[in-house]
Amino acid sequence: MHVLAISGSLRRGSHNTGLLRALQEEAPEGVEVTLWDGLRSIPPYDADDDGVPGPAPVEAFRRLVRESDAVVFATPEYNSSIPGALKNALDWGSRPLATNAFRNKPVAVVASSAGAFGAVWAAAELRKVLAAMGARVADVELAVGHAPEKFDENGRLVDDAVRDGLRDALEAVVAEASPHLAAA
Amino acid sequence: MSTAQHDAVVPTGTWQADTVHSKVSFEVPYAVATFSGEVPDFEATLADGKLTGAGRIASITVKDENLEAHLLSPEFFDAERHPEVTFATDAAEREGDTIAFRGELTIKGITRPVTLRGTIVGPTVDHFGKTRVGLQLGTTIDRTQFDMNWNMPLPNGEPALANEVTLKADLTLVGQES
Repeated sequence: MHVLAISGSLRRGSHNTGLLRALQEEAPEGVEVTLWDGLRSIPPYDADDDGVPGPAPVEAFRRLVRESDAVVFATPEYNSSIPGALKNALDWGSRPLATNAFRNKPVAVVASSAGAFGAVWAAAELRKVLAAMGARVADVELAVGHAPEKFDENGRLVDDAVRDGLRDALEAVVAEASPHLAAA
Repeated sequence: MSTAQHDAVVPTGTWQADTVHSKVSFEVPYAVATFSGEVPDFEATLADGKLTGAGRIASITVKDENLEAHLLSPEFFDAERHPEVTFATDAAEREGDTIAFRGELTIKGITRPVTLRGTIVGPTVDHFGKTRVGLQLGTTIDRTQFDMNWNMPLPNGEPALANEVTLKADLTLVGQES
């Protein structure tokens, strides 16, 4: 089971990227979580360049999504929504809409912010965008508020409740990716 | 209605849909108009007064491939997990040209009771000597009862897509040789 982890933040010390590193640590046996580091390489969406094939970094991103059984996102919140870089990557990923790499792909969204609300609006926005793309959005809500307090000086998540939430999120999206196993 | 009357007015024997001359479709109010589509890959059988049918959702046809893809997605039919919609009746009532089939409709793995109402024509022998019966049936469902909750607010605050969806089945059924 291959799970792709996508952070919506490019910041070196990102708490959202930190959540996904913790997700890797919490992955059970048989589940491999790969943290995507290609967000910065995705060019601005331009319909003039939206051919077959698309730009190389975009094709690499699409291939990675197709080859993954599920995708987990961690997003910060910028101006009550998701970061432009993340939305831009999804706009590329959503093309062509009818056959895009995210169609029927099990996905889950977690979020964090320095404030009290944990980027809950960005998470809702991201779930909406993913559903519109045709993804199979897992019923997961994990919004981590006051994020700086949840990590140590090395950027490692030290909050057990959040780790529990991450395990639950991963379990939910893995169940969506393997309904035959969940039904057994 | 007694069983004897039921047998007298609802065609007995087995009848199968001639899908070339039949149509299964849906209509739903969208913004200021009506959005409609068809499920061309389907089958329907009337056997001793019980109507059963199944439609393959992957065949759903609307006037835009992106909209088709949206309808197939988990937000609507989730065709990957639930490839068919099915209908099965356990009772029919006919009065003159009007007929009603009470049964169960299953969409997205969720089964709800529905009644298909409409008209019946025939049985009539066609120009090839086959006996046909026509059914023009319809019902209205609340799509949210089948886990299809997508919507988008219009600028006036009203939802773009209605919850009430009209389902239609215009069936030509051909009598099967016993």
